[in-house]
Amino acid sequence: MKVVSLDPRVARLEFREEHWHHQRPLRKGEQWPTYEVFQMKKRGTQAVHVGIVHAPSPEIALAFAKEQYTRRGTTVRLWVVPSDQIYSTAPEDEVIFATTPEKIHREPFAYKVKEKIERYKKIRKA
Amino acid sequence: MYGTIHITEEEYGHFAEMLRQEDPEKLAEFEARIERGEKIEPDDWMPRLYRKQVLRMIEQHAHSEIIGALPEGTWITRAPGFRRKMALMAKVQDEIGHAQLLYSAAETLGKTREEMINDLLSGQSKYSNVFNYPAKTWADVTVIGFLVDAGAIINQVTNSKGSYGPYVRALERICYEEAFHLKQGHDAFVALATGTPAQRAMLQDALNRWWRPLMHFFGPPDELSKHTKVLTKWKVKMATNDEMRQWFLDQYVPKIWELDLTLPDPNLRKDPETGKWEYSDPDWNEFFRVINGDGPLNKERLAVRRWAEEHGRWIREALAKPDKTYVTPFA
Repeated sequence: MKVVSLDPRVARLEFREEHWHHQRPLRKGEQWPTYEVFQMKKRGTQAVHVGIVHAPSPEIALAFAKEQYTRRGTTVRLWVVPSDQIYSTAPEDEVIFATTPEKIHREPFAYKVKEKIERYKKIRKA
Repeated sequence: MYGTIHITEEEYGHFAEMLRQEDPEKLAEFEARIERGEKIEPDDWMPRLYRKQVLRMIEQHAHSEIIGALPEGTWITRAPGFRRKMALMAKVQDEIGHAQLLYSAAETLGKTREEMINDLLSGQSKYSNVFNYPAKTWADVTVIGFLVDAGAIINQVTNSKGSYGPYVRALERICYEEAFHLKQGHDAFVALATGTPAQRAMLQDALNRWWRPLMHFFGPPDELSKHTKVLTKWKVKMATNDEMRQWFLDQYVPKIWELDLTLPDPNLRKDPETGKWEYSDPDWNEFFRVINGDGPLNKERLAVRRWAEEHGRWIREALAKPDKTYVTPFA
């Protein structure tokens, strides 16, 4: 069956009957496994996770990552890592980080000496 | 419909049942997290209804990007001049990239990309109705680039305030890129509007044909009812379809009228009292007819996608390593 289309490209495709129905479903895995993509935008900065790509090999993952994540702005380097090689803490373990913000003894703002110095100076003068 | 939700009475009954079966303690924890403004991440516990609706929304959005590239992609060879060709190529590549980002976000909810593509190709999943209409002239491409993308931005900016982390991250990148789509569309639209009488006539004709699909873009009216209440509470649905339609009219009708172009609706006006736009009934029967497969181009759009899928199969198979197993991506 020939399709009458406004579109010259579609008209050239010469669809067959089968294209009116989805006859051959994709098999699981046919779209390849995923790679996690990390991008370094500027020299001197960290590579940061930006998303994933589906690819059959690391080399092609890098090529796809370039197309997907570097269309604008600057990039100096891309990394890809197979998704199954990422080890992650479990979501329920989020609690192990919960008290960190309370540990202000690790922060510079927990140490205030100005008042003591001022007081000392006053006493010394007197 | 990009990522909007329309729920029928029948589905709602099913939803209520799904909700009743959830662990009340976990549900309360989940809702408290959203209430605090925190995002939900892929491995978190979530109600099945949340997973199902967020997945459906992201998946439809991804399909819309893929199919949405077709009406414009076919105009690249005929775009007037190199600057317009470069812009259109960049835009079409972005749209395909957006589909990839959205499929990735949807995958984190446990549906593989193959399953999603199968559901698109079999007609089981929906995509935005607006892409079932033909782009007959270059003026149509400028109307799509300006006004369809304007609608898409309103929808996407709204959804980007939602609760599902991977969708929010994808939308942030998408919205940033869409800003260029809108600007290049407006630029091409204004070039015709301020051009020769023949160019203006071509643009007016395109506007007349696209106005109804544009009015359909945000989906049928869905006042905050029992149907959408829980999805609003969960920050899946961030605005009603009518609210988004009003924002669109408010921002873009003046930009059309200032060029002395007309819109094919004699009742279109902003009520100075209420500040709301009034318009004629845009024929929601046509909307439902088209979304159920009977639009001008539904068959052709899906056939093109199937053709591409069939013709790309050999290379996917040639490159595949059968021993590699698939795991759900992280974020």
